[in-house]
Amino acid sequence: MHRRDPLPRVLYIDLSSKRFWVEDRRDLFEEYIGGTGVAINLLREEVPRGADPLGPDNAIVFAVGPFNGLYPMASKTVAMFKSPLTGNLGESHAGGRSAIAIRLAGYGAIVIKGASDIPVWVSIYGNKVYFRDARALWGMRSTHTVGRIIREVEGGHGFRTIMRIGRAGEKLVRYACVVVDTFRHFGRLGLGAVFGSKKLKALVVVGRGSVPVVDKAAYRRVYNKIYKEIIGTPATKKYHELGTAQNVLPLNELGALPTMNLRKTKFEYAEEVSGERLAERYLGRRVSCAHCPVACIHLAALREPYEHEPYFYKTTFVSYDYEPIYALGTMLGIRSAEGLLMLLDAVEVYGLDAMSAGVALAWMTEAFERGVIGERETMGVKPRWGDYEEYLRAIEMIVEQPNEFYAALARGTEYAAREYGGEEFALTYGGNEMPGYHTGPAAHIGFAVGSRHSHLDAAGYSYDEKNVGRELKVEEVVDYLIREERWRQILTSLVLCLFARGIYKPDLVVEAFKPLGEERSEDELRELGRRIHLLKLRYKLDEGFDFSKLRFPKRIFETPTPYGMLKPEFMEEALKLYRARVEEELKAL
Amino acid sequence: MAKRLSVIDVELCVGCMMCVFACSRRFGDGGVAKSAIRVASIGGIERGFRVIVCRACPDPPCAASCPTGALRPRKGGGALMDPKKCVSCGNCVRACPIGAVMWDEESNKPIICVHCGLCAQYCPYGVIELEEVRASA
Repeated sequence: MHRRDPLPRVLYIDLSSKRFWVEDRRDLFEEYIGGTGVAINLLREEVPRGADPLGPDNAIVFAVGPFNGLYPMASKTVAMFKSPLTGNLGESHAGGRSAIAIRLAGYGAIVIKGASDIPVWVSIYGNKVYFRDARALWGMRSTHTVGRIIREVEGGHGFRTIMRIGRAGEKLVRYACVVVDTFRHFGRLGLGAVFGSKKLKALVVVGRGSVPVVDKAAYRRVYNKIYKEIIGTPATKKYHELGTAQNVLPLNELGALPTMNLRKTKFEYAEEVSGERLAERYLGRRVSCAHCPVACIHLAALREPYEHEPYFYKTTFVSYDYEPIYALGTMLGIRSAEGLLMLLDAVEVYGLDAMSAGVALAWMTEAFERGVIGERETMGVKPRWGDYEEYLRAIEMIVEQPNEFYAALARGTEYAAREYGGEEFALTYGGNEMPGYHTGPAAHIGFAVGSRHSHLDAAGYSYDEKNVGRELKVEEVVDYLIREERWRQILTSLVLCLFARGIYKPDLVVEAFKPLGEERSEDELRELGRRIHLLKLRYKLDEGFDFSKLRFPKRIFETPTPYGMLKPEFMEEALKLYRARVEEELKAL
Repeated sequence: MAKRLSVIDVELCVGCMMCVFACSRRFGDGGVAKSAIRVASIGGIERGFRVIVCRACPDPPCAASCPTGALRPRKGGGALMDPKKCVSCGNCVRACPIGAVMWDEESNKPIICVHCGLCAQYCPYGVIELEEVRASA
């Protein structure tokens, strides 16, 4: 990187002492690039082993990389923390304007430590950090309102990010999210609860600096090449037109769309909650993350009449994507787009991870049906497939936790099922609620072994989809998952949006490094991806992760995939092989 | 004929800021420090965006407010800047009622749009375009 590139600067903020300082961490950025690679190192430095995820010892690391602010679709920020949901590695990515603001404020990473005595929000303007009194914002019902207020009182309009938590984060729901610039999220693994435990209501970063390059002519050339590819390729067209919601119908057709707590993989009302239906009837606006021309963010305009006031309507904008449609739509058997949009808005208002919340409600519905829990536990809520009004009540209960049952459900589906029963239909992996793919073995093996138990770790679903009709081999699946997750460590160290993975192929990444004055070969990058992946696994093992305790939810063997019924032997063998391979490599690390 | 930058339809804007980055890139580096364009939401992205560009006033108040002659009216509208004469007083920023004179924190001088149209070349949605300036005023 250019010697004046501010990327190596790490901003440390201690909420306990309300102090901040900057350190030059060239050591980390030169070796690990940025993003995921740098964040895992900072997390290991900052969080003592065995720390309470909701105690002051936990730290929040935000990291960006060299491509942010330079190349299009490098629009993501990596957040790392110890997850209060899994008690282990927490990693979540968000776009919006977050990455651009952090990078152009002159930082490669921000580390937030300690805990405040009173609710605060923190505002970063270049070299200055302000601790603002957030007592007046604490307890507010909606993250939308919090966003509106901060928008008015802070500066840097157009060059800033506003991250905030809702009631769910304040109440420490273990799968509370952080809302970023409205409609984007650090969704998974409970960063919102970590914010809440630190009494950190919001984080504002304003950045409008420049990023110097070493070879300006080459920079312009490579930039134009990437831009042309993004604009011209069908791969991004899909995200632009219907957005990720376009996956609903093909997955339904394939028989891979988890429905009603994965009792089925085809939903007879899939059409109603499909990307096509939402676009035709509700799409109000498409928006983009900063420095990304794709505009995959789809906002539905939900128009609701006021009951007692004729011709008076409220119009709410609701962001939708495939995963939230799966979790709060098909998994709950929601048969109308309106019902779905109301549920999506509710989790946005409270600041809950849509995916975990939906899977938790699906488990709750089945547990209720089977009599595992009753109305005493649910306090009169009668969860029933398709009944979104009951689900709206249940969501509020999860946030407010008026009894022990909801307090347990607020700790996650796995925890609640352990306490109340129904583990065989609790769809979780390593404590994290399952993503929306019942495509075949690779998807589920990926959820199990992926370092954040996410579909984004290695996209096993994509491997399944491409190979339908072929007989899969354990070695090939494991090879694919390892190789893909490792390359993705590089993409998320740069930090690119994973939707750009089809554009930023290894040779293009190598080429894009050159104007920065850096020569990195594909082999070197792959080796680094391997090391970052192993560092994350090392962290997990140190924090008590145990391959031998990994389990596949029984339910996944009871519902057919496009490959037929999954075979437990195949899955167990894959786990064993995966484990043997990485453990051997860890020994040599 | 002289050309000027124009916002054709702000409702088409998705807030991607490709134009903002393109403008800054004319000096060769990344980031947005040198950008003469600003794209900001009008109170939450669900309500849409404002795209602030110099509208090439035929009789520009920014130039009228400049005490040193660093800003002179440009043929076709707007102003041209001679940085050697600029004393960084900031009058031009205050004089522009639409907020289209940005400030370069790195050089501590105003950023004056030259209507080159580079930004428009990177707008995939046709929000902004370079157009001919009509002779009448």
